Amino acid sequence: MKILCIGLNHETAPVAVRERLSLSAAELPAALARIKAAEGVEEAMMLSTCNRVEFYMVAADVGSGKGAVECYLSEALAQDDAASRLERHFYCHVQEEAVAHLYRVVSGMDSMVIGEPQITGQVKDAYRCAVEQETVGTILNRLLHRAFATAKRVRTQTELAGRAVSVSYVAVELAKKIFGDLAGRTVMLIGAGEMAELAAKHLSSHGIRQMIVASRTMESARRLAESFSGTAISLEQIAEELPPSDVLICSAAADRYLLGPDDIRAALRARKHRPIFIIDMGVPRNIDPRVDHLENVYLYDMDDLQAVARSNIETRKKELGKAEAIVAEEVKRFFLWLEGLQVVPTIVSLRHCVEEIREQELEKALAALPSLSEDQREVIASMSRAIVNKILHHPTVELKRAEQEGTAEILVEALRRLFPIARSPKDPDR
Amino acid sequence: MTLALYYLTATLYLASTIGYLAHLVWLRRILGRYSLLVLGIGFASQTAYLVARYVETGFTPVTTRLDASGAFAWLIVATYLAIQIRQAMPVLGAFVTPLALILTLTAAMWNKTFSPLDSILRSPWLPIHAILAFLGDALLGVSACFALMYILQERQLKSKRPGAFSHRLPPLDVLDRYSYRCITVGFPLLTLGIISGALWLKAVEGSYIKWQDGRQTTTVLAWFLYAALLHGRLVTGWRGKRVALLNLAGFVVILVTFVTLSHFMK
Repeated sequence: MKILCIGLNHETAPVAVRERLSLSAAELPAALARIKAAEGVEEAMMLSTCNRVEFYMVAADVGSGKGAVECYLSEALAQDDAASRLERHFYCHVQEEAVAHLYRVVSGMDSMVIGEPQITGQVKDAYRCAVEQETVGTILNRLLHRAFATAKRVRTQTELAGRAVSVSYVAVELAKKIFGDLAGRTVMLIGAGEMAELAAKHLSSHGIRQMIVASRTMESARRLAESFSGTAISLEQIAEELPPSDVLICSAAADRYLLGPDDIRAALRARKHRPIFIIDMGVPRNIDPRVDHLENVYLYDMDDLQAVARSNIETRKKELGKAEAIVAEEVKRFFLWLEGLQVVPTIVSLRHCVEEIREQELEKALAALPSLSEDQREVIASMSRAIVNKILHHPTVELKRAEQEGTAEILVEALRRLFPIARSPKDPDR
Repeated sequence: MTLALYYLTATLYLASTIGYLAHLVWLRRILGRYSLLVLGIGFASQTAYLVARYVETGFTPVTTRLDASGAFAWLIVATYLAIQIRQAMPVLGAFVTPLALILTLTAAMWNKTFSPLDSILRSPWLPIHAILAFLGDALLGVSACFALMYILQERQLKSKRPGAFSHRLPPLDVLDRYSYRCITVGFPLLTLGIISGALWLKAVEGSYIKWQDGRQTTTVLAWFLYAALLHGRLVTGWRGKRVALLNLAGFVVILVTFVTLSHFMK
């Protein structure tokens, strides 16, 4: 019995290959059923995103897992030679490697942008689909739960996903550093640069109260304002509309500064010196850089934002080591649990557990009957042994049979719950 | 026995300070929780100390250096715990606990003996004056912690390269709001503390103020600094770094006041 991960990702396969293999949510169940039906495959889950297509399986051996995927691919692609041509893009991780890979994927450590959080949700969807199709069993169930727990640990104990790495998110993050809650704030958007619009969109998703949009022509201002359900103003009006604005995002194509220190100073006075956050995404810049010397004004231009984004990416990379340590620890823990699932050690522990009870009870009974002769004591002792053996005989036979049939995990898991059988000593879970 | 409680408190505050600073570095939630728990036990032990002192002397325990520092630290920790109940802010702990620790430790280094009470201090004015003034001071102390955090966060953001430290500090707006709120409660208490002190002095010595007492002079100076801060904020809308610096200055004066003991005290 082996845990396998067979798949390809953005590093091993170009988009041309990935797009041919990726499946929509609607296609997934059928694909899963095909994989599961293959010879030797006991459990299966399939993850399909734009950056990766991966099959997680519990199979009798590596060969049958690979066979199942190859078989699926040649059917899915409907070209005889397709599977063999694709082979060089695939990786195949086995046991510890496969588990570690899944943990890395779920935690965002294997993502194109390290630490991006979407992947956790995508794995959750993939797992839900597999649960609905009943293609997962004891091992994958446990594995996925541990994977999500690992992702949570990585998220809370490292800064892998802690900070924004795109310019527009950096802007939002900075706004939060200044204003805390963005609900109820007013944002002014000057110009319709793509990046600025994106930043405005992120901000407005944080519940800002009002969006004021200024643009070269009233018409484009109105069009933009509509998409944010905000107010449109002309470029000439920005100075007078400035006071209520907490955040200013500019990306107008202008050959001179649209706002200088005097404009901002006046606005500050009018707003009782509540801080203003100015994001100047214009090239050339829209805001006179001297504005930065004013107190309670935080001016970030494109270079500043990019520098923050870069340093955040560096931070994420530095955190990878810490995350790897967590993954290694979790992989070890998972395999301790897996070892516990094996039949022979379970039978031994079960026997040991029942034997202990027998000895205790026998001792008690004999202590209560001090007048017995040696022979009589021996009769009672052998009776107790016979009872234990008779009780354990059938479960033992059944367990061994189940092992041959490959369905032992459920019984073992059940036994370990029903009897106080010691787990592997180092598994702190449960 | 009571001295043992004092040292126990100092040890617990030290442990909590280390925990909070470690939390600031590693951001492990468990560290924040552990520090809060230890701080809570320290607070309980300091409460026990003050009660024991009250029972021993029969007076509000603020009349020796050791007691006064203890009471001050105790109220600062109480303020922090009260804020903590409203909003979990372990980062603030890294600023407040060192303050409580230093107050507790310095007093112990100076003077460990309990001298008998001056007859002038045996007055019903003592608890009134002491509670008002000390509680006001404690709130202003916590406000100063917020102000310090504000200045640090402001510098990070102005530098254009906000780093890991900026990430750990709360947003400017939150810091500004909390520090202001603490002043709006602390300043009236300080004012009432000064008034009650003046009335007490009048009852004992016949005049409301005694300028040769350095303590009174610095208290009035601190009062004016906070009054200027509040006036500036309410009327002209002072905000940000300037207010934070003024806030810090006010608290430094209060600490100086605290160090220059009243000439009534031994």
